[in-house]
Amino acid sequence: MTLSLVRAINEALRGALADDPKVVLMGEDIGKLGGVFRATEGLQKDFGEHRVLDTPLAESGIVGTAIGLALRGYRPVVEIQFDGFVFPAYDQIVTQLAKMRARSGGRLGLPVVIRIPYGGGIGAVEHHSESPEALFAHVAGLRVVSPSGAADAYWMLRQAIACDDPVVFLEPKRRYYEKEPVDTSAPAAPLHSVRVVRPGRDMTLVGYGPTVRTCLDAAAAAEEDGVSLEVLDLRSLSPIDFDGIEASVRRTGRLSVVHEAPVFFGAGAEIAARISERCFHHLEAPVLRVGGYHMPYPGGRMERDYLPDLDRVLDAAERALAY
Amino acid sequence: MTEHTPGEMVRLLTPDGERVPHPDYELESTPGELRGLYRDMVLARAADGEGVTLQRQGELALWPSLLGQEAAQIGSARALRDDDHVFPSYRDHGVALCRGLDPLHIFRLYRGVTHGGWDPAEHHFHLYTLVIGSQVLHATGYAMGVAADDAGTAVAVYFGDGATSQGDVSEAFNFAAVYNAPVVFFCQNNQWAISAGNERQFRAPIFRRAAGFGFPGVRVDGNDVLACLAVTRAALARARSGAGPMLIEAFTYRMGAHTTADDATRYRDPVEVEEWRGKDPIARLGLHLRKTGLADDEFFARTDREGADLAARLRSSVRAMPDPGLADAFGRTYGDEHPLVAEELAWFREYSASFAAAGEG
Repeated sequence: MTLSLVRAINEALRGALADDPKVVLMGEDIGKLGGVFRATEGLQKDFGEHRVLDTPLAESGIVGTAIGLALRGYRPVVEIQFDGFVFPAYDQIVTQLAKMRARSGGRLGLPVVIRIPYGGGIGAVEHHSESPEALFAHVAGLRVVSPSGAADAYWMLRQAIACDDPVVFLEPKRRYYEKEPVDTSAPAAPLHSVRVVRPGRDMTLVGYGPTVRTCLDAAAAAEEDGVSLEVLDLRSLSPIDFDGIEASVRRTGRLSVVHEAPVFFGAGAEIAARISERCFHHLEAPVLRVGGYHMPYPGGRMERDYLPDLDRVLDAAERALAY
Repeated sequence: MTEHTPGEMVRLLTPDGERVPHPDYELESTPGELRGLYRDMVLARAADGEGVTLQRQGELALWPSLLGQEAAQIGSARALRDDDHVFPSYRDHGVALCRGLDPLHIFRLYRGVTHGGWDPAEHHFHLYTLVIGSQVLHATGYAMGVAADDAGTAVAVYFGDGATSQGDVSEAFNFAAVYNAPVVFFCQNNQWAISAGNERQFRAPIFRRAAGFGFPGVRVDGNDVLACLAVTRAALARARSGAGPMLIEAFTYRMGAHTTADDATRYRDPVEVEEWRGKDPIARLGLHLRKTGLADDEFFARTDREGADLAARLRSSVRAMPDPGLADAFGRTYGDEHPLVAEELAWFREYSASFAAAGEG
């Protein structure tokens, strides 16, 4: 069937609720309203208020009680309404959720999924367009993933809910309404693997979430100029499938990482460091990064200049190819 | 009377060891139970004192002493049923003892051998939590699960007066009220959050906050083990019956410093400490047991010996405790496979082995 990304999220949640009585959804306005993006539409009606919990408006409270429910044997799937509103829960996520397994000598797993619509491009007011993935990927004990399309959204969410570790699940909100075929009979790939979404010869582009589409558009444009760009969908930020990236870069000799988050201390920095170490003798140019600037996310009327777009991805490709 | 004086609080045993009645909370107890409470408090104090000593000798990194809070901890913990679940803070060694946890686990934690390490399921006693107030939300979520399971048990969570300043504690009160969760909030108001007294944490008494969230709150004499037992027992029964959460403020006093890293003489009037020494929870029950003839010299001597034996066992066990290797810690971060952890562990092993190889050569 063909689904939008947000509809695929809904289907995945529905499937998880149906398959496992221990799965519960928690979040603000996720019941009757179906969430501000309608990701949980109809689920409270079909599964009841005890499975789909409208919570008080308190993010730390949501994650803190989700931890308690997980300790009791439940598998809570939490919705944070917007990226910029996760920070009241950041303490619970970092000091409690991420560390519980290690603190308990490996005994206590917390199978909690934290869904966060993230990224810009929708002309939103402040705190509604952020990309905080590096702040989670840096924390041992968490897994961090981000689908770029509907098929991955469905299966990666099912896999995240089935995982015995806490997973931060980042949903590219500006791609929520893009549609693609989804096969709900079998997963396409393991949760933490890179996927080649467009093969190429001259250079590798790594994107994730909202920037995979940007990279694909850039690769299509480059092809018209006779430049062959390979596009990888990173899919997972913790752990990262460095073997998958390495295999591509050994072929192309060039790499650019594209994300909306600020470049400084971002995912691109980690990928650049690791790939430089692994592929030093195969690289024809330094690993480049294309991403946000070192400023709070700007107002909607400025975000076109802030977000990496096709032209900035091509600019980096030109610079790498000129080496 | 200012807002920070104890005012009305539930008391069943005066500092002179006299039983007094209370209209709302009565306690039927056998002589054996009373002697048991006394013994628990003595053992808790003995283990705690050994913690302070071992830290001073360099065997432990830190020790937060429970001295003075034995009645609050033992009274409340002895109200619990085995299948009730407990979320402690980090000073609740007496509660741990009542739950059947070997105190050695706590010594491992404060030595730096583990960050907890015991199995919470075994004694229905969760790990210590050092981030102030975080566990109050965990207990509330756990209690939401207990209610959903229709398990008929209760959850108790321990925290201090300082923790009531944390947002997480207010959020927990609110979630518990909204979801009618079977959780008992047991606040040990020992009047000091390191150097900050009650007047720097709140204006209105802690127990009164419950009313604002929509559930009952009560203040109990935290140095009266019988009152702590009776009030907690009632609160737990109420929670198990489906009537929702309750807040207990046990008004007590931290006789020692915050931890062994603290110097309480810099901020606290010694007159205040001396005044509270006269309200000692163990001496109080001891007086009662002597006056009523429920215990004799032989009992007191035997109990003190048991405390000394426990301390001696803890001392020798801690001194014999080997340092764990870091290699085992890699595999505890995640439950499922993780390539980065596997890669780092392989490197760590190879790097460590290179020294052994060099040594052999």
